[in-house]
Amino acid sequence: MSARAGKRQPALRNSPDAAAARKRCLAYRRRILDISQTVSALHIAPAFSCVEIVDALYNAVMRRNNPDGSLHDVFLMSKGHGCMVQYVILEEMGVLTPADLAQYCRPGGKLGAHPDYGVPGVTASTGSLGHGLGMSVGMAYAEKLKASDVRVFCVLSDGEFQEGSTWEAMMMAGNLRLSNLVALMDNNDFSGLERMSEGHKAFYPLLEKARSFGWEAVEANGHDHQALFDAVTGRRGDRPLMVVCKTVKGKGVSYMEHVPIWHYRSPNKQEYEQAVRELAEVAS
Amino acid sequence: MRNTFADTFYEAGKRDKRLAIVVADISPAGSIEKFRKEFPDRFVNTGVAEQIMIGMCAGMALRGLRPFAYTIATFTLYRPFEFVRDDLCYQNLPVTIVGIGGGVTYSTLGGTHHAQEDVAIACAIPNMNVIAPCDPAETRLATEWCVTQERGPVYLRLGKAGEPVLTAGAADPWAFGKLRYLSKGGDVCVLSYGPVMKLAAEVAEWFKGRGKSVSLASCHTIKPLDEAAVVRALQSHKHVVVIEEMVPHGGLGSRVKALAWDAGAKCRLDAFSLEDEFHHVYGGHGDVLAAHGLTRERIVARLEAA
Repeated sequence: MSARAGKRQPALRNSPDAAAARKRCLAYRRRILDISQTVSALHIAPAFSCVEIVDALYNAVMRRNNPDGSLHDVFLMSKGHGCMVQYVILEEMGVLTPADLAQYCRPGGKLGAHPDYGVPGVTASTGSLGHGLGMSVGMAYAEKLKASDVRVFCVLSDGEFQEGSTWEAMMMAGNLRLSNLVALMDNNDFSGLERMSEGHKAFYPLLEKARSFGWEAVEANGHDHQALFDAVTGRRGDRPLMVVCKTVKGKGVSYMEHVPIWHYRSPNKQEYEQAVRELAEVAS
Repeated sequence: MRNTFADTFYEAGKRDKRLAIVVADISPAGSIEKFRKEFPDRFVNTGVAEQIMIGMCAGMALRGLRPFAYTIATFTLYRPFEFVRDDLCYQNLPVTIVGIGGGVTYSTLGGTHHAQEDVAIACAIPNMNVIAPCDPAETRLATEWCVTQERGPVYLRLGKAGEPVLTAGAADPWAFGKLRYLSKGGDVCVLSYGPVMKLAAEVAEWFKGRGKSVSLASCHTIKPLDEAAVVRALQSHKHVVVIEEMVPHGGLGSRVKALAWDAGAKCRLDAFSLEDEFHHVYGGHGDVLAAHGLTRERIVARLEAA
């Protein structure tokens, strides 16, 4: 069969567990907050906005059926600055160690503020925006050529959809009908400087843009585990899928939500304690 | 060169299913068209879109394939520069990017199509390997190396078409990373790479006509440069001449001068290159080279003057 014919993907078999996901995501946020106290700055709000997305992929959607427990599917963090959530999930999986995270952004450590190819569990180096989807297209196409059933999941920031290179990748994925490619846009509506909906009105609508490029496109609450799972698994599956995940930048900590300064900043001691209290209240 | 690359790639592609070619709206020459017909899935045209050409190659390499990106040199390297740097070089992936028309080969198309700084730019990126064969025979040998290498990214700088064979009867075999003597003498050593080797050979002949014993060497691998062999050339000849179709900075000439200083070389050293200028000149390849001062007459005049 030609690699270009859009082969229908079988339904995913994993099952979601919303209650367990909520607990995990609180723990991930708490872990990131703790690490924030060891460095002068980190991309905390961009990580918090995609915690549920990355969790749903690792813990419900992607298959881990390789003999060594590694992922069968491929995860690529195109919004490299959100990688703290990936690091803490990889730590939980045992791919990274607590010692690795203790050395975050320190001399002698292997983890920086952007994911680096070669670090265990990291598929590709990102950090410069607009690179991840193109590499994901190449990876998905390679898996088609190999006639494998591996799927490629790429998490992008909404700001990355201002890069022309992302739209080159969108068009090529549509041309090649890459049914094994799923892109999840963390649509928190904030780039580093301002709201898309205020400063870049032509950024919207999104679903229509994706569909016109040959993608299946759906919107989902990006903080709702079940909704994310349903969006990915409920697909038609004969073309690439875009999930526009509606999210809140800084989600989970009241003073960070929708506040641009938390794009790259560490909470001070009082702010840290307040954030920890807020997470504990939600948990109780 | 273009056709030799295509023939060699096609033959290798028949043997190795991992080989694929990603082009950006350039008509596939010669055997690439055959490759496309026989292996349609391993031929991808991204259209007029070079960033995705490089990004796709990176992704394919990350999943075990051996992709080649292929288009006009300026569009292989300049347009998608950050993708070449981050996706290929930073991750050190075995992807070959083939630039057709390196230098000012596209002599009627104007400056937008002249890759006159490409070697300097490619050499500046860590992990990048840079190869510029001087004739179709070297193009075959370089391509055969590229299709099997596991070393990392390669910028393979080619000319266009119709280049003469200059390396028949070469003194040395071709080896990646090794300076290759085409002929050996004791007085003068002329170093060059790429299709402008034809001009270098003419200058070598001029020296011979003046009774000199002349070496002519192809520095086909510009990065990593065979520094030890260049230093030996500086020490074993009275006069070294570098001729390259590239801007004066960041190429072979400036590297050889730096090595000469470090080694305390006593020989005379002359370097000829394209000028640090955009010349709005059209015509044959030789006409554009002439606008930059790269003619046998201009070079000989300078060599005679000193």
